[in-house]
Amino acid sequence: MPPSFDEMRISGSEVRDHYRTYERWLQAQPQDVMRDRRDEAEMIFRRVGITFAVYGAKDEDGSGTERLIPFDLIPRVIPSHEWEDMEKGLRQRVSALNRFLHDVYHDQEILKAGLVPAEQVLNNAQYRPEMRGVKVPGGVYSHISGVDIVRAANPDGSGSYYVLEDNLRVPSGVSYMLEDRKMMMRLFPDLFAMHRVAPVAHYPDLLLETLRAVAPAGVVEPAVVVLTPGMYNSAYFEHAFLAQQMGVELVEGQDLFVRDEHVFMRTTQGPKRVDVIYRRVDDDFLDPEVFRKDSTLGCAGILGVYRSGNITLANAIGTGVADDKSIYPYVPKMIEFYLGEKPILNNVPTYLCREAEDLKYVLANLNQLVVKEVHGAGGYGMLVGPAASKAEVEEFRTHLLTNPSNYIAQPTLSLSTCPTFVEAGIAPRHIDLRPFVLSGTEVQMVPGGLTRVALKEGSLVVNSSQGGGTKDTWVLED
Amino acid sequence: MLSRTADHLFWMSRYMERAENTARMLNVNYETSLLPQSAEATEQGWRGLLSISELTPAYLQRYKDFNGRDVMDFMVRDENNPSSILACLRAARENARAVRGTLTTEVWETQNQTWLEFNRLLREGAFMRDPGAFFEWVKFRSHLSRGVTVGTMLQDDSLHFLRIGTFLERGDNTARLLDVKFHALAGEYFGAGNDKESPEVDFYHWSAILRSVSGFEIYRKVYRNVIQPELVAELLILRPDMPRSLAACVNELVANLRLVANQHSGETLRRAGRLQADLQYGRIDEILATGLHAYLTQFLARVGDLGGGISRDFLVPEAA
Repeated sequence: MPPSFDEMRISGSEVRDHYRTYERWLQAQPQDVMRDRRDEAEMIFRRVGITFAVYGAKDEDGSGTERLIPFDLIPRVIPSHEWEDMEKGLRQRVSALNRFLHDVYHDQEILKAGLVPAEQVLNNAQYRPEMRGVKVPGGVYSHISGVDIVRAANPDGSGSYYVLEDNLRVPSGVSYMLEDRKMMMRLFPDLFAMHRVAPVAHYPDLLLETLRAVAPAGVVEPAVVVLTPGMYNSAYFEHAFLAQQMGVELVEGQDLFVRDEHVFMRTTQGPKRVDVIYRRVDDDFLDPEVFRKDSTLGCAGILGVYRSGNITLANAIGTGVADDKSIYPYVPKMIEFYLGEKPILNNVPTYLCREAEDLKYVLANLNQLVVKEVHGAGGYGMLVGPAASKAEVEEFRTHLLTNPSNYIAQPTLSLSTCPTFVEAGIAPRHIDLRPFVLSGTEVQMVPGGLTRVALKEGSLVVNSSQGGGTKDTWVLED
Repeated sequence: MLSRTADHLFWMSRYMERAENTARMLNVNYETSLLPQSAEATEQGWRGLLSISELTPAYLQRYKDFNGRDVMDFMVRDENNPSSILACLRAARENARAVRGTLTTEVWETQNQTWLEFNRLLREGAFMRDPGAFFEWVKFRSHLSRGVTVGTMLQDDSLHFLRIGTFLERGDNTARLLDVKFHALAGEYFGAGNDKESPEVDFYHWSAILRSVSGFEIYRKVYRNVIQPELVAELLILRPDMPRSLAACVNELVANLRLVANQHSGETLRRAGRLQADLQYGRIDEILATGLHAYLTQFLARVGDLGGGISRDFLVPEAA
């Protein structure tokens, strides 16, 4: 594995162009000032209540299960020419994924063409037969997409971006992108005077515009709501935040009911009709009459209303079939098939363990590969070969042999690093990037996204549930 | 607005108000216990405080006798006592968190900060060191919470449901305070049998009641008279300009109920209006003649009934 690509430095002494001003500034900051700023940030995050829930944990102050996501003071900087390419690539990729979703629930051209194995799609647990033939406004399925991107080092020392995975169900994290920026501007206003950082604060506006644009046909002033599983959900802060920023109601399943082929919410002035639901509840919990019977988070009968076109769900039901890890390897083919274009963003080479050849290779090279569960998320259920113990590798070998089609494998990418303010001082830590792509009448996004950082030395796992933190992400305008 | 949102707002302000009134009662009892008085009188004070809140059985499951330290502990920081200040502040904050998007940033941060600070003060032993200052702090945070609410919230249904919660709870709490104190102090004079203590001790007790509702200076200003039990009762029940009196609370309650009225709320509004009229046209000598305890018991029942009506009409409507 080549050494990691560092976002700031070419070598120990040489700084990349787009980091030059920042690096000079950073050198001039005494460490205790940085420490004070970090403490200040933590205090503010706690007061504002920007927390996420960890199941089964308890805070010292008794507030139960709320944790802060560690915020790192050193921004991740992306030069604008890199972002321009990335933006084009994201636009292309998300458009193709939406076309794919429309296709698999309608004419299934791509399956007929044999480009994606039909059984991979139709037998996928995330494929919802209930969605077959259902017309959704604008043909958009994934209105909010979070695409995880990493930069890996090439043998010549340069770096290339790769898409690690597409999140098309209920991707989260955008509130941290917005709050991190607010915090940076509060802590270091002088930095923003020194740099031309592309703003991101209009994201809620774009989101509202997107949601209004996909209202059911004929609805002039759509009533948009955000549906949350409730305040004990790990992303509750984000749900409340987005609803507030958009000025729409934050509802729970118990607030909704179906009558006369429409969805209503219970208000102090009687029932009020709902037209668009930005739902942050998984498919399985959405309608206890169709999906999980024990769900109290959804609204009974909502699927019927949805099928009749009287409500828009964002994202649509059944998007999971397109972000499944077993479908991921086919995304470049989708782009060529639907758009007739060459993919702009790279995919990571992926071995499908369900294929005998691939499985053989994976088993022979377990200590060099990353093995992931096809349906896994949040950094759980994966093996990082080079970092794993012998016992862990052997345990995964057993899993693989028992149920090969449940796994994929990829070469261990050396995720790029970014200088990060840790206990010992400033040190490189691995990062990724999640831009948020909005699809309504058009595809829109704010520059950058959420940068997650693995705070443990050498760790490649950036998930907040496993000790990951976040950084402000700057796209520098020229 | 969403019924569930209104429900959380209503309970957020109720719990905050309850925390404040609990702190007020504890503080007055704590100060009274520092006066020269018999051990029985002191114990009676603590006993009465628990019975106000209908907590005597729960208390006795955990403690043996009615001493100040145990009662204060139970009422301030007992996790298992749903009426402790800790439980109230936690509930207020949890309700606020559930609707944080409906509150202004300042309101939410005030609630959140109160809860975080409260835990810090307990951890650092501030309560044990100086209970009086600690109760003042709770009152202060409640003032702040109310002030930031009135000072920053849009004057729509959100604010009205917050106000409804505040005044329903305050009316209830003032009535309970009056009931138990008159019951303990004034004995047969107000229709309950009990021994009377000396006049000087009485003065301190009556003035303590007044102080617990920030009413001592108000009493002097309104009556320009020595402290007399019937005037204390009049001030706390019938004076519409005394902000913690029953009349003032019901006036605010009715005014805010009118603002949120819907097609189901006519009956609740009628009952609230009737209670308001009773207070507006009531006379203290009549009330005392029928017995203060009976009067307050009935008042509490009517306030409880209004709470039920509000809940049915607005907060937890039957499935449509």
